[in-house]
Amino acid sequence: MKRKWSEKIGFFSLFLSGVLVLFILGVILYDIFSKGSGAISWEFLSESPRQGMTEGGIFPAILGTFLVSLITVVFAVPFGMFSAIYLHEYARPGRLTRLIRLAIRNLSGVPSIVYGLFGVVLFVQMMRFGTSILSAGLTLGLLTLPWTITACEEALKTVPKSYREGALALGATKWYTIRTNVLPYAIPGMMTGMILGLARAAGETAPILFTGAAFFLPNLPKSLFDQFMALPYHLYIMATQHHAIEKVRPLAYGTALVLLGMVLLLNISAILIRYRYRQRMKGQS
Amino acid sequence: MKENVKISVQDLDFYYGTTKALKQVNLDIPENQVMALIGPSGCGKTTFLRCLNRMNDIVEGARAEGKILLDGMDIYALEVDVVQVRRRVGMVFQKSNPFPKSLFDNVAYGLRISGDYPRSEIAGRVERSLKDAALWNEVADRLNDSAMELSGGQQQRLCIARALAVEPEVLLMDEPASALDPIATQKIEELIQELKQKYTIVIVTHNMQQAARVSDRTAFFYLGELIEVDQTDKIFTKPGKKRTEDYVTGRFG
Repeated sequence: MKRKWSEKIGFFSLFLSGVLVLFILGVILYDIFSKGSGAISWEFLSESPRQGMTEGGIFPAILGTFLVSLITVVFAVPFGMFSAIYLHEYARPGRLTRLIRLAIRNLSGVPSIVYGLFGVVLFVQMMRFGTSILSAGLTLGLLTLPWTITACEEALKTVPKSYREGALALGATKWYTIRTNVLPYAIPGMMTGMILGLARAAGETAPILFTGAAFFLPNLPKSLFDQFMALPYHLYIMATQHHAIEKVRPLAYGTALVLLGMVLLLNISAILIRYRYRQRMKGQS
Repeated sequence: MKENVKISVQDLDFYYGTTKALKQVNLDIPENQVMALIGPSGCGKTTFLRCLNRMNDIVEGARAEGKILLDGMDIYALEVDVVQVRRRVGMVFQKSNPFPKSLFDNVAYGLRISGDYPRSEIAGRVERSLKDAALWNEVADRLNDSAMELSGGQQQRLCIARALAVEPEVLLMDEPASALDPIATQKIEELIQELKQKYTIVIVTHNMQQAARVSDRTAFFYLGELIEVDQTDKIFTKPGKKRTEDYVTGRFG
């Protein structure tokens, strides 16, 4: 009897936790959607802010976030993939490899503002990229790198040992085996992880704060060495720093909705890739 | 008829880290015959098999001492390219491991590796390998289907075809029929009889009837040592050692 009760209570707490999480998510989404959807219009998406950011759209911020994300991808994807391939396929298991892995795991726990300061020192000052799209993109790239590497390593782990052995036994070199009989089956998993990392990076404010994001720019960036406006930073300003906060509140919610939409779009594409991958790998052990 | 020794194993010791898995193994494997390796689980027969094409190289901390001469060349010598060894000594695994590619691409995989085979020859070689593996008639009209759609027995014959495609001289088989039903097993066994015309075959098996049916010679391993090797009928009718007799008569194992 007692056992039965404790099981019921246990089950109920699990159920409650699940509902609570969904509820909180629901409230946030409802709040943003109900207050933000009114601001969304073609004008809002395609025009620059006007009248001290109390009117007009957020196009420069959308463009800025898009460009910075692009730099992040270009930097983090190859680095993350190659590091993972090295760690999983080539590095000899030992103290050094364990240390590297531990460092990577720890890096994913470093607060994003620290990455921001690091980006200022490395990219803005030492490498003389200035406060720019390039500096901010690279900083976000660093931020996503731990996730990217871990995701890529996990993806490599899912490729059965028998694929490697089979290819090696036919006289393939190690690199040929990895290239033709391991990577093709790991790449969808890698992409899923990398997209999720990118989605997180696209919403970050702190790392771009000092490395290139601007409060307001009258013109669109012309090169990678220009400053830019970004959605998360724009939102931060509209919500806390603007001289007429009450007046721009709908615009702030609209910005939040657009940012949420972008992140959601990235996540959905990650889910789709994973789904297609599972379909393709069906019936295999 | 004088037997030509294809592989000569001399004083082979093998270690996994500090564990000694093979102790002073000496064994000659004659050309164009089937050599069966038998013994209880953990006796080292699979380890021994995987030494013959240096598949153990990829096991962390594994180390071989002694000599394995393939046509007189020591495959563990420093200057030897392991890739070349594996081209000459093919392998079929216990669990069939088709790649998630089309049937054609599976068999062609080895042919495409080094570029030794011109593009125009690949289709012909794929067909011949599938015929040699007695699979052609069943799959000729669906070479572009995924290999994962084949039955277990067909998958294993596909893996044999894939190994044969690169024209090895020796074929190693690690319990190739252990996961198959009796009919599929029979097909594989018939195939082994066919293949020994062209190849030297070394097969690990848990199934003593199978060893008796397919092999010319049988080697009995126990606790990392080669206890006895002889003509198969002799091993199974009047073995020279007590331990061999106990094993083949089922007193332990």
